[in-house]
Amino acid sequence: MSNANEILKMRHITKNFLGVRALHNVDFTLRSGEIHALMGENGAGKSTLIKVLTGAEEFETGTIMLEGHSHPIINRSPQEAQHNGISTVYQEVNLCPNLSVAENVFIGREPKSKVGGIDWKTMNKKALEVFQTLDIKIDVTLTLDHYSVAIQQMVAIARAVDISAKVLILDEPTSSLDDSETKKLFDLMKKLKAQGLGIIFVTHYLDQVYEVCDRITVLRNGELVGEYEVENLPRLQLVAKMMGKEFDDLAEVKHASVDSSDENLETIIEATGLGCSGKVKPFDLTIKKGDVIGLAGLLGSGRSELARTIYGADKPDSGELKMKGKRIKVHKTLDAMKAGMAFLPENRKEEGIISDLTVRENIILALQATKGALRRLSRKEQEEFTDRYIDLLKIKTPDRDIPVKQLSGGNQQKVILARWLLTDPDLLILDEPTRGIDVGTKTEIQKLVINLANEGKTVVFISSEIEEMLRTCSRMIVMRDTMKVGELADDEITQVNIMKAIAGGAGS
Amino acid sequence: MKQNESFIKRITGRALFLPAICLFLVLIANLVQTPDFFNIEIINGAFYGFIIDIINWGSGLIIMAVGMTLVVSSSGGADISVGSVSAVAGAICVAALGTEEAYQVPYVYSLLLALLAGMLCGAFNGFLVAYLKIVPMVATLILLTAGRGIAQLATGSFILYVKPDSFKYLGTFLPGVWIPTTLFVALFVVLITWLVLKRTSLGMYIQSVGINPQASRLMGLNSKRIIFGCYIFCGLCAAIAGLVSVSRTGSADANNIGRYKELDAIAAVAIGGNMLSGGKFSLIGSVIGAITIQALTTSLSAFHVAPDQQPLYKAVVVIIIVAIQSPELKRWLRGLKNKLSSAKTTEGGEVEL
Repeated sequence: MSNANEILKMRHITKNFLGVRALHNVDFTLRSGEIHALMGENGAGKSTLIKVLTGAEEFETGTIMLEGHSHPIINRSPQEAQHNGISTVYQEVNLCPNLSVAENVFIGREPKSKVGGIDWKTMNKKALEVFQTLDIKIDVTLTLDHYSVAIQQMVAIARAVDISAKVLILDEPTSSLDDSETKKLFDLMKKLKAQGLGIIFVTHYLDQVYEVCDRITVLRNGELVGEYEVENLPRLQLVAKMMGKEFDDLAEVKHASVDSSDENLETIIEATGLGCSGKVKPFDLTIKKGDVIGLAGLLGSGRSELARTIYGADKPDSGELKMKGKRIKVHKTLDAMKAGMAFLPENRKEEGIISDLTVRENIILALQATKGALRRLSRKEQEEFTDRYIDLLKIKTPDRDIPVKQLSGGNQQKVILARWLLTDPDLLILDEPTRGIDVGTKTEIQKLVINLANEGKTVVFISSEIEEMLRTCSRMIVMRDTMKVGELADDEITQVNIMKAIAGGAGS
Repeated sequence: MKQNESFIKRITGRALFLPAICLFLVLIANLVQTPDFFNIEIINGAFYGFIIDIINWGSGLIIMAVGMTLVVSSSGGADISVGSVSAVAGAICVAALGTEEAYQVPYVYSLLLALLAGMLCGAFNGFLVAYLKIVPMVATLILLTAGRGIAQLATGSFILYVKPDSFKYLGTFLPGVWIPTTLFVALFVVLITWLVLKRTSLGMYIQSVGINPQASRLMGLNSKRIIFGCYIFCGLCAAIAGLVSVSRTGSADANNIGRYKELDAIAAVAIGGNMLSGGKFSLIGSVIGAITIQALTTSLSAFHVAPDQQPLYKAVVVIIIVAIQSPELKRWLRGLKNKLSSAKTTEGGEVEL
């Protein structure tokens, strides 16, 4: 090993999934005594890299060198990785809530008494020592479910560190923690770092990266963008690197602005202090008729959550919502639909399509739901509606009565669009409508959004691709760390401004 | 030739094709073994024969299978308490009528009481599954065991006999009618259910919830309420089956009404080509499945297989029937076929998928 400090060197890692390139020639280096952030947008390859490292996935080419091993290692399973000194703690704690803290730390390697049973005394004593060295005060004999998720996570970390202390991977550990719990976790991380551990920290919260990390590795589309010292990479640069834009030569794309400043326009949505704890902090938002509002922010910034809270897909627990001047309380999503909203969710497979039902059934379901089960649309009406939208949206399907799962991703997305357009909504919320679909369909959907706005519909549009929103949106809401941090309108909507707002903090 | 092929494909491609074939095979096996299997005689002004037996004894199972189909479709799990729930309903009906020469309460009241009890049991199951998110198997396990206890409580742990003749009409024959009443009851339940599912969008809602509860919720379907409703309906069906059962024997034996019938009902749903993991369903498939199971039971008796040994034979046949319909097996066979045909050099025929 060239540098004594370097405990882990991954070189030229390549991995394909069913012909799709997940990682291409990626290098990653971890030093002892550092906290190293692994950053990237959705599909950048962060989790694949972690999986390759921990043996959860195989890789095709490349080498992994670990300190203390003269040859490259290949981990065939997470157990083997742990044996080699690489432990992972996930956002969801993989421990047994019904066992004691001590048992959880020593499960699978309990100290044995002379007769072969578990030596409880020794185990509890050893567990206590583990936690004392980490300065965690905890009763090791209580069952794990006595403690909060944060403490459970620390138990998981303690277990990982006690088993093998070289490389510790923390995969989005702070997602389910509140601020004070996060701080405690950071204290623990700093302590472990001081003990010489190398920590890989996967997160999408920018603030946290700048709070605890020493270095950052950025991935994009399965490729390495670069490795940076935290102090040398301002936030704005980081965002630009993650999004694949060199800040200096950004092409300015200007949106043909809809005249949204007109005061006479009807207010469609008025949210005051609306929030959903743990998902999106309370926000105020006013949307006028004919607006196309873009929600910008990184993954996990709360952009989807804000939309979901308005629709009631996640129940708001504070604030109030007015639609067309009338206060509405959404108990179930049907209330929102009846008020005139429609919501195309981010995950087409999990939350969008009903895979085994036919194209026709998938299209008419939402309209039917608003009418109620007893007022069934006649077969003829159903077929008329279906054919109209197959035609209008150019859905490619051999037959209106084949299961929707047989269609391509883009056409499935159009089916869901058709489902919502059929309900004739005033407000259409589109969460990543163009993700994972072909370029042609993408443009069609963008055009459709602009047409809808011209017809007087109001659209909330979420996309990870900034250009797409620049082309379609008349106003932008910027989200960061589950908070609404700004609004941009008309001339202010430029790539630079958006990125500045997303990055926030001192970097701008 | 080509047209012929597509005609065959259209027939065999039908979801109900395999269940129907299975039933057909079971019946053919009978004809070979017991040549008088299809004979129908008239004794004392009523039809008798193996076929009538199948219809008569199978009707309870058909009714249970109808309820079970909806539960399986919506919640992706089976209600294993239907046998016990039918015992609860039967016992309550008989206990209400009493063992005197005349009914203690009007006959109709006892029926309504029993149906209500069945629906309450269903509501209990549905509450656990839909609102408390308990796995159906575990949730309905409670009434599987406790239901027998409730039935024992109702009968005071005795086998109660109802004396008036009219009590037996429901489970046997109405005076002057040659066809068993149970057939009409089963037909009634199947038809009403089929009509309701067809005329309203409930059938589509149930499948939608069963396939993707998340997506269904986001487009305004109340998944919980739909699952809850399916369980209540399943309890109602079980209660009707229980009423038919006590009426047939004119007595209520809390230990034996609907015993092991939950297993037959689940098997009927599976044989009918329905996925036990929920989603798409075929009501008629389940009905065919129920008839197949009953045909199997009746034919085993016709073959003089001792009742104690019957479950073994039944199990073997059920396994075969379900295996035939498994997509894995189909895929495997198709792979085999493709291998064979590619070895013979293909003649440009379409590749079937």
